[in-house]
Order: sequence, then structure tokens, then C-alpha cells
Amino acid sequence: MRFVASTLFRVLVMAVIAIGVLALLLAVMGYDAPLALKALANGALGSSYAVLSATSVRAIPLAIAGLSVAIAFRAGILNIGAEGQLLTGATAAAAVALAATSSDTALANASLSGVAATITMMLCAGALAGAGWAGIAAFLRQRYGVMEVISTIMLNFLALYLVGYLVRGPLQEPSLINPQSASLPVAYHLPSLVSGTRLHWGAVIAVAMSAAAWWWLRSTASGFRLRVIGENPVAAESAGRINVTRTATGAFLISGAIAGVAGAVEYTGVTYAIYDNFSPGYGYTAIAVALLARLHPIAVLATALLFGALEAGGSAMQRDASVPRVIVSVVEATFILLVLAAERWRAPRLQTHEPPTTPSSGLKPSSTGAPK
Amino acid sequence: MTEVEGAPLLSLESISRRFGNTVALDSASMLLRSGTVHALLGENGAGKTTLMRIAFGMLKPDGGAIRLRGKPVSFRVPGDALENGIGMVHQHFSLVPTMTVAENVALGWRGAHRSTATRKSRLRSMLFDPASAAARVHEIAQRAGLSIDPHSRVDSLSVAAQQRCEIIKALARDVDILILDEPTAVLAPAESAELLNWVRRRADAGFAVVLISHKLRDALAVADDVTVLRNGSSVYSARATETSERDLLNAMLGATTARTPLLPAVEAVASNVETTLTSRAASNVVPSTPSTVSLSTRSTENHINRRAIITLRNVSLRDARGVERVRGANLTVNAQEIVGIAAVEGAGQRELMRLLARRVVADSGDATINGSVGWIPEDRVREAMLSDSPLFENTALRGASSLHGRVAWNEMRVRTREMIRAFDVRAPSVDTLSRTLSGGNQQKFVLAREFADEPTVVIAENPTRGLDVNSRVAVHGELRKARARNAAIVIYSSDLDELLELCDRVYAMHAGRLTETAFDRAMIGRAMLGVYGAMDGTSST
Repeated sequence: MRFVASTLFRVLVMAVIAIGVLALLLAVMGYDAPLALKALANGALGSSYAVLSATSVRAIPLAIAGLSVAIAFRAGILNIGAEGQLLTGATAAAAVALAATSSDTALANASLSGVAATITMMLCAGALAGAGWAGIAAFLRQRYGVMEVISTIMLNFLALYLVGYLVRGPLQEPSLINPQSASLPVAYHLPSLVSGTRLHWGAVIAVAMSAAAWWWLRSTASGFRLRVIGENPVAAESAGRINVTRTATGAFLISGAIAGVAGAVEYTGVTYAIYDNFSPGYGYTAIAVALLARLHPIAVLATALLFGALEAGGSAMQRDASVPRVIVSVVEATFILLVLAAERWRAPRLQTHEPPTTPSSGLKPSSTGAPK
Repeated sequence: MTEVEGAPLLSLESISRRFGNTVALDSASMLLRSGTVHALLGENGAGKTTLMRIAFGMLKPDGGAIRLRGKPVSFRVPGDALENGIGMVHQHFSLVPTMTVAENVALGWRGAHRSTATRKSRLRSMLFDPASAAARVHEIAQRAGLSIDPHSRVDSLSVAAQQRCEIIKALARDVDILILDEPTAVLAPAESAELLNWVRRRADAGFAVVLISHKLRDALAVADDVTVLRNGSSVYSARATETSERDLLNAMLGATTARTPLLPAVEAVASNVETTLTSRAASNVVPSTPSTVSLSTRSTENHINRRAIITLRNVSLRDARGVERVRGANLTVNAQEIVGIAAVEGAGQRELMRLLARRVVADSGDATINGSVGWIPEDRVREAMLSDSPLFENTALRGASSLHGRVAWNEMRVRTREMIRAFDVRAPSVDTLSRTLSGGNQQKFVLAREFADEPTVVIAENPTRGLDVNSRVAVHGELRKARARNAAIVIYSSDLDELLELCDRVYAMHAGRLTETAFDRAMIGRAMLGVYGAMDGTSST
């Protein structure tokens, strides 16, 4: 209980510092800081619309992509290609949608189970495509020792331009006017979770995936092996006789698949089409989400909400106070730096007395997750 | 306690130092005389290195006084100590591997020049002139009687040569007092002897040397004075001629806890490999702990009819870069015996041990290793443990590759609890992170884990490196217990005494070749260096 309380306290302190830095920056740049901060707060949390239709909706892709990053990082793989994997995942989902809706002449009277099957197919296609995109980097790493940090970031650009090509070519909408894919028919949208809001079933998918990942890492042999190769690959090979290369490749593919699902969920739940700026950098923000959650699958949900709130608030700030929304990335960066500083500061004291740990303690306790 | 006549060169008086709530030094004193070798003895963690780091200005004392030639001094940084003629060679070298010896030595020059240099020469000293640097290094080395090639890249040198490079680095700053931290720990016996001889000559030339060691033999071989630290306090100091091994051992361990075997005669090391130990029994006295097996199991007559567990026939192995590290090795290890591998670092023993532990596969030849393997790698933190994971997860690490489905963590906790009890691992609970354990307890934990399923084969590399005497005794006891329950055990140790103390038979390894060797210190020492090979220590890479 004390552990939770001190965690909440620490997050609160961090939030105060981060907001303080933002206020200072706004003041220095000559903006009306109180007005801007009020717009930020209202846009993020000010109303049920802000919470359910803005913050939560933005948190969904951040949570799923953050989970993808967390799993890769836990295995010691620096997959910073969630953006590219997310884009290919969305593209594959759009391709499946195109095939399903064009061949399906009985679009109008599609049965409920038929729709469910198609949505499932779109999500699975997203996962496969994300895994495939990550697989390129995984193969290069395994076969030629190419550092995944480099290859995944390169693949991000490839994916971006691939989307750009596809929405002007094979996947362009029938009228061939706009560089985007055809809109997903309403029947195939991910259903709304709370009627009258934009919150969709992707939230349930995100929570379920987080819970599954948490259980998997904590309780299963393969999840344990993934954690072991991340923590100490030498010992994994020597003492554990684990095939590190194979385990790492598996983790890489799973991470890519999860990022692919993030893209497919965003497509089927929010945008209903793919286009050039389909993702406003979700895959990059996901790295911050995962790090702030200290790579804990459940804590990722909380940090995704926090970042979702910042993104939503940032939009409102731009709209209502004419402050460029990129300024919220200062807050995000401040959070990351504070987390790193807090870990440094905590480290020497960990030597002497440990907080009581549970079987899940192999997962590093999320001391920095925002309150849920 | 003998009275030291004349003003001491350096005196450390009642030095104390804490790290957090650990007391590293508590009233430690030491008097260093000119023209002497002063051995600073003590178990691991006794505070030897801490005390010398204070003398060298790396750490500040919390209390006590330092006097140099009678005058109180206080060093802020090592540079101050160097200015005052105190140099230190650390256990872990601080050389730039991709630079030459001359460049490495020159790295430390700037400060030394500044005080005396004219403006013009100071300007020149800002430019690096490889030829004059090499010439200067050559001159220093010549004068000091150390052989080194100033133009060699450091990463191409043997450990012994790197150490000489470190010493020259200190000598280049014109030091009167040279502190050597465990200098022989990384050296082969012949190299150690060479270094100790050099230390002796240096003191005879009028300089002072402090030799930090936990090896009594090394210390007594060359020292004039001896100071013993225990738990951060100086508990004993004497002239080397007026003390005995027994006294020193008692001082190091505390009279009541001394239960290590008496070491063989000191002279044996003083003249090192040339001396032959008279009888094997002399080095085989078993400590009288309850865990040890009776001497009768050590008899050599009956291992002919025991079962061979490990058989290597003409086995060769290349490393990742294609260099042949094991060449045509033949080896037989039977149940119920401990076989030692004596080798200098880099002789191929590392690859051989991994082959025996079935961590790598031979490129050619027949390797038969029957049954399960318990594997105790040298670097336990890097190779055998998950430092940031609790002990019960470390338990699951052995056999992690064959786990399926859900892991029975509760069972792992129970098993870990039993292991901790059986092997006397001092850990608060099974949830303790393994990095919070002391080195000795970590090693006992690794042994407990690897021995839990009673493997038929045990492969251990330097199983007691860095451990204090009590942990060392415990680890040896466990290895003997494993032998008693029929395991075939292979141990590599860089400490010949350990092999002679523990093993039934010894093989020496040199440049990838494995030879069974007579159970004799001098013979093994020669075989490690390739029987007829040069003894100059540079051949050991």
C-alpha cells in the first residue's frame, strides 16, 4: 500500500514539474500561459467528451503501440519501428477491407457474424503485416547483425512512402481525386463502446492485449525466456541454454504484430481510411509511453492515457489559445527525463532495502505509471 | 608490533572511511619506509584497496591523517598524489587498447611537465611527437629494467606486458612510492615471479613499493614489512623476517576462524617454478570443516576401474573468428574425481571448458560427455545470474530452455528456499534480487542451483575467484561433496594452489594443447608455459 502511495505521489510531483516547465516555456515565448494551460486541461479532461472522445481515443493506438515497444525492449530489442509496423498494419487492414467490400456484393445485408469475421480478418492482416515489416529488420539482425535501431527507423520511412504510393495507386479511392483509400463502409467500423462518443472497441482490445501480455511475461515459460534474454543474454545462453537468437526473433515478430494491430485498430476504429499522415507519430510517442511505464504492460495503459490527454489537450490549446501543439512534446520529454532521473536517484537505495516483491516482480514494478 | 626506526616515508594514521552505512576502514594505520617493499595483506573486503586509494587521492578519508616525509598532506585528486611522488597501478588496468604503449604513457604527461617546463617546451608538450614519446618510454623502461616495446598497440600485448605498461605509466611521473593492487592476480606463476623480482630490485634501488595482496606467499617472498587489515582495521604489522605464515594467517582471519590449510613453504614461491614441491601430500591438507570428505576418497589407486564420464578423443575447436583454440585434445574424466586444468589466460581453456559444459560443439574429434552438466562459469554475474531478478527466477534460469507452458513459480520458490538453506546462502528471502548478495553468496547460490539435480558432470571455472576465505572453503567443500556422490568434475583455476589443493589429477594447457601433467607445482608451471617455451611472459597471449 505504501508502495502504491509513494508511486502516486511521485507521479504527482512529476506532473507538477512538467506542467511548471510548460508554463515557464509558454510565458517565455509570450503566450498567455494561464489561458493556454486552461485550454490544455479542458481539452484533455474538461468534459466527458474530452475524456471519452479525445483523450481515450488517442490513448488507444498509443497503448497498443506502447505495448509493442515494451515487449521488444523487454527482450533487449530496440525496436523503434513501431511507426512503420503500425502503418503497414493499417495498410494491410485497408487492403483486406477493399477486397472484402468489393467482392461482397451483399454488402448491404452483411450478417453480424460476417462483419465480425471481416473485422477480425482486418485485425489479423494488420498483425501479420506488422510482423512481416518487423520481420525484415529481424532477419537482417539475425542474419547479418544489422542493428535494429538503424533498420527499423529506415523501415519507418519506407512504410511512410509505401503508404504514399499505395494511396495514389492501387489503394486510391474510386474517384481518384484524393490521395487516400476508399472509406471503410460504416458496417465494418469497430463498434462504439459508449454510444454518442467516439470511444470504440479498440479500448477493449488494448486492455485485453495488455492483460494478456502481462500474464504471458509473468507466468509462462516463453515469457520468462523473453525477459531473460533481455536482462542478460549472455547468462541466457550460458546458464539457461536458451537459443537467444531464436527467442529474440520471436519477440521481434510479436512486437511487430502488436504494432500492426495498433494500426489496424486505428483504421477500423477512427480514420476508416489510410492517407499520407495517417499516424501523427503514434509509433514514436509509443516509445515514450513504454519507457514512462518502465516497460510494464499494464502501466502502459496508464501512460498511454497520460500521453493521450496531452495530445488531446495540445490540440485544444492550439485551437483555443493559438499555441502550437508541438509544445506538448516538451511536457512529454520532461516526463521521460524525470523518470530517468528518478531511477538514477532511487538506484543506490535499492541496494539496502528492497520493497517486497511478488512473482511479477521480474516485471519491473511500475512506479511511474499515472493513476488509472 | 615492531618499532620502525627513522622517519617513515609515508604514514597513514588511523584512517577511517565509510560508504553509506558500510564501514570500509576503521582506524587503519600503516608506516611505509623508503627502500622497502611493504605488503598490505587481508581478505577480500578487508579494506586494502580502499586504504591505498585514500593514499593515492582517489578517495577522501573520513578521519585520520596522512603524513608524507613527516609533513601532513591531503590529496584532492590522484594528480596531487602523483605530484608528490605516489603512483598506483590498479587491479583493473586503465589503458586505451587501441593506442600504443608510448601513446598510453604520454597520456599522463601533461601535468607532470607543467610545473617545470619553460613556455617553449610547454608549447611543445602540447604537440604529440611519437618518436620522442617512444624514446622516452624506452628510456624509462630501460632504467627501470622492464622490457616493453613502446610501439606495440596495447591490445596486442599480453596481460603481463599491459601491466608493465601501467607500471611505466606511473614511473613516467617520477614516483618514489609505487602502489601495486593485486599485481599477481592476473599473472601466470613465472610472470608473477618475474614481477616480484622486479619489485624487490626496485626497493633495493631505494624506492618504496606497496604490494596489496591476499596471497601470503607472494607477500612473504619479497616484502620487508607487512601490515594486515581485517574488517577495515590494521590488526597486525611486523617485519617480514620476524613473522610467520601462521601469525599472518591468524591475523587475516582472526585467530579463531583460521581454518584454511597451511600453505606450502614460502620459499617454494620465492624461487617459484624452479622449486619442486617435495610431496603432493603437503599441498593436499584438507580443511577440517565438517563438510569435507575424508582423505581416503582421494587415493589414486582405484580410479582405474571407475566409469569414464567424459572422454575427449582428438577434439579440436575453433572460435568465432576461426582461430583454433583447442587442438587435438585428449581427456578422460572418471566418476568420483576432480580433474584440474592449469593454464595461462588465453591458452584455450575457456573454449575447452565450454566444450566440456556442452555450451559449444567440437569442430572435429569425438567428445563424449555423459549425463547432465552443472556449469559454474568464471564470471557469475555476467554468465550465470540475472542480477536484477529475484533468486527464485534465477533458479528457473537453469533449464529455462526446456520449460513449457506455465512456470510453476511457487515450486521454484520452494526449491530456492531449500537451496538457500542447504548451501548456507545468506539471503533475506527468495525474493531478494541476486545482485544484492555478496560475491561469496552469489557463488554459493550458483553452486546450489547447478548441483540441485545432482549432475553427473560438473564444470567449474575459477570457482573461488574473488571470494573470501570462508566462502572459498565452503565452495571447495561443495565440490568435494559432489565428487563424493560420483560426479566427474573438471576445474580450471588460474590459482595453481587451488588446483593442487582440490584435484586428483591435473592437465596443463598451452596454446590449445592439453597435456596430463605430474602432480607437481614446478612441472605444471612449466607445462602451462609450453614446456620448452620462453619464460619471458610475453609468450602467454
